[in-house]
Amino acid sequence: MGWTRKILRVDLTNGQCKSEPLNMQWAQQYLGQRGLATKYFVEEVDPKVDPLAPANKLIMATGPLTGTMASTGGRYSVITKGPLTGAIACSNSGGYFGAELKMAGWDMIIFEGRSPKPVHLSIENDKAELKDASHLWGKTTWDTEEIIKKTHQDPQTRVASIGRAGENGVLYACVVNDLHRAAGRSGVGTVMGSKNLKAVAVRGTAGVSGIKDFKAFMAATVAAKKVLADHPVTGAGLPKYGTQVLMNVINEMGALPTRNSQDVQFEGARDISGEAMHEKRPTDGKANLVTNAACFGCTIACGRVSQVDQNHFSVVNSPKYWGASGGLEYENAWSLGAANGVNDLDALTVANYICNEDGMDPITFGATVGAVMELFTMGVLSKEQLGMESPFGSAQALIDFAHMTAEGRGFGKELGLGSKRLTEKYGHPELSMTVKSQEFPAYDPRGIQGIGLAYATSNRGACHLRGYTVASEVFGIPVKTDPLATEGKADLVKAFQDATGAFDSSGLCVFTTFAWTLADLQTQVDTACEGTWTMEKLNELGERIWNMERLFNNAAGFTAKDDDLPPRLKTEPAKTGPAKGLVSGVEKMLPEYYKARGWDAQGVPSKDTLARLGL
Amino acid sequence: MQKSLYIDANKCTGCLQCEMACSYENYGMFNLSKSRIKVFNFEHEGRKVPYTCTQCADAWCMTACPVDAIRIDAATGAKIVHEDVCVGCKVCTIACPFGTINYVADSGKVQKCDLCGGDPACATACPTGAITYVDADWTGLDKMRQWAAKTDTQPRASA
Repeated sequence: MGWTRKILRVDLTNGQCKSEPLNMQWAQQYLGQRGLATKYFVEEVDPKVDPLAPANKLIMATGPLTGTMASTGGRYSVITKGPLTGAIACSNSGGYFGAELKMAGWDMIIFEGRSPKPVHLSIENDKAELKDASHLWGKTTWDTEEIIKKTHQDPQTRVASIGRAGENGVLYACVVNDLHRAAGRSGVGTVMGSKNLKAVAVRGTAGVSGIKDFKAFMAATVAAKKVLADHPVTGAGLPKYGTQVLMNVINEMGALPTRNSQDVQFEGARDISGEAMHEKRPTDGKANLVTNAACFGCTIACGRVSQVDQNHFSVVNSPKYWGASGGLEYENAWSLGAANGVNDLDALTVANYICNEDGMDPITFGATVGAVMELFTMGVLSKEQLGMESPFGSAQALIDFAHMTAEGRGFGKELGLGSKRLTEKYGHPELSMTVKSQEFPAYDPRGIQGIGLAYATSNRGACHLRGYTVASEVFGIPVKTDPLATEGKADLVKAFQDATGAFDSSGLCVFTTFAWTLADLQTQVDTACEGTWTMEKLNELGERIWNMERLFNNAAGFTAKDDDLPPRLKTEPAKTGPAKGLVSGVEKMLPEYYKARGWDAQGVPSKDTLARLGL
Repeated sequence: MQKSLYIDANKCTGCLQCEMACSYENYGMFNLSKSRIKVFNFEHEGRKVPYTCTQCADAWCMTACPVDAIRIDAATGAKIVHEDVCVGCKVCTIACPFGTINYVADSGKVQKCDLCGGDPACATACPTGAITYVDADWTGLDKMRQWAAKTDTQPRASA
């Protein structure tokens, strides 16, 4: 119950699809989605595998609450070994695709091998087959979705696909579903491209009926929705401003990484904020924001739908960008904006469209552009090499780079490597704002200390979604901690990481945790899923997942020295704001964290810890 | 008092809670394909619009039905498909000007909104108030009130 109990295994090398029963013993230990799919992955894949080799696998997994009336119950995750990082990759997406997959009757899809030619997987309930995709290769995710819907003669078909970035080997390509929702990070789309798998199209009319106690589940979901509606963040702030509610707040805190983290406050933050998206442009009298939008089942609706001025330089000759489309989230507004010093809201919006359209992670892309702009400013990279003047603040360079990277043209090929490989190539690895080769997102660890530890220890490389201590350090959720202090942050990071593991394995969205605690998740999981699901069991499950991912990374070759932040954050103090004079205290927090985790000084889980978690 | 579903598409976020509530109420499962209310997404305009039967007073589906399978619920005013009588001829789907009565291949019958016996599950589930169940005589009056408020901005005749 909760699960469909069915896995679809797709052998791309031989073009075969087969159904197999879900391992229900594992489901009790790992729940679903991130946890359960990672369990399958680590059991089946050699940690040393080349991420782009056929021996790597890629799993798309729903959770037991995906496709139900639980608020935000539309999530799915993509699990693989990431080509950007070489670590376990697990990227989570909303939209409607995940729920459709579940309603078609599948808990997850495991892709193996490599197809000899471009294919797409077509699923209609229990029927699944690989179909030719040579006519889709070279197309954007937007065109791919449109063509598939026309071919299937079914507008209700949901599509997850890669764009040209995934085909061209951009190391941070996404899987994009429903036009502008993405399993965004670590290059999960690049792996899909390496397998010649262009898209997955799903139509599910079987529905979700396997709920342990429907009546109790409905009561639990109603109560949990009320908690979301009554909370100021999930009930008011996120619907009105989206995650962009953060831009001015984080800038005020002096924790907005600016111009490749040279500064911690951006003078143009106001221009690219959630508030600015509501304001009418002087040029055409219209606001950037058209409306907010929800993913499947979501009663928060933080999604942004935007429209840019048709006369903006970036779209004046491109009518395809004139309509409404997925707008800026906070991370993207930061990475495409503050990280490069660009304060042109419409330019950022269009750069974000390009990332959606061709399937690129805007965090890594934008942060890589930031590093390139710094190299340009230093004179390491020239106008001739780049194809244009590329100083900080150049909206023109941002837009051109986005097109060039997506299409694999000119210097775009190098931008597609990410900042780690690119800055190494030009002799300045210290300018890459990464952990485990993945760019960190929109919170500066000098101004918010706990998040720095979360970046350093994230199993998928730098990330805010693996332990969002910002909730505590900025918003006081569930308790307020001092953002500038390092004391107590090791335990805080661990607590957030473990709880997040449970949410990421359920089919629900981690944004609910602004209002929900694990107790709100527990009532919904326990009424939907067979077995007994206590708070302790869910918390332990999160810790088990974390350690399982860690073991995979250690076996892949990662060590304690990879749990570190870029030198700039440890040696160049914040210049302005409340954190002025501070550097990150990650080196102090890390040993405390290892201890809290029950790991040795090298970051290896102890035998006792593993035994306690049943690993 | 007669009540009526009232839809304000401007408030719809596209979460589909209404579709799930409808399928759960009528089929005991979460299944968008079985929902009698549908949310349509006009992507390039950024608009999502929930749509279902408005229970016409003079219902063409009912008039067209050759076997009298569609009847009025006296309490709610809903036009209800009696599945035991319906022969699946689909004439009602042609007669309905709005397309809100639909054939279901699984059952060989048509289905349409029946107002859940006077407590529509879609309206209860809608988190934004895009779907409400209101006094039928009030339908549209909120909009009328909004327009009335705007008349203040009109130029005034000078004395």
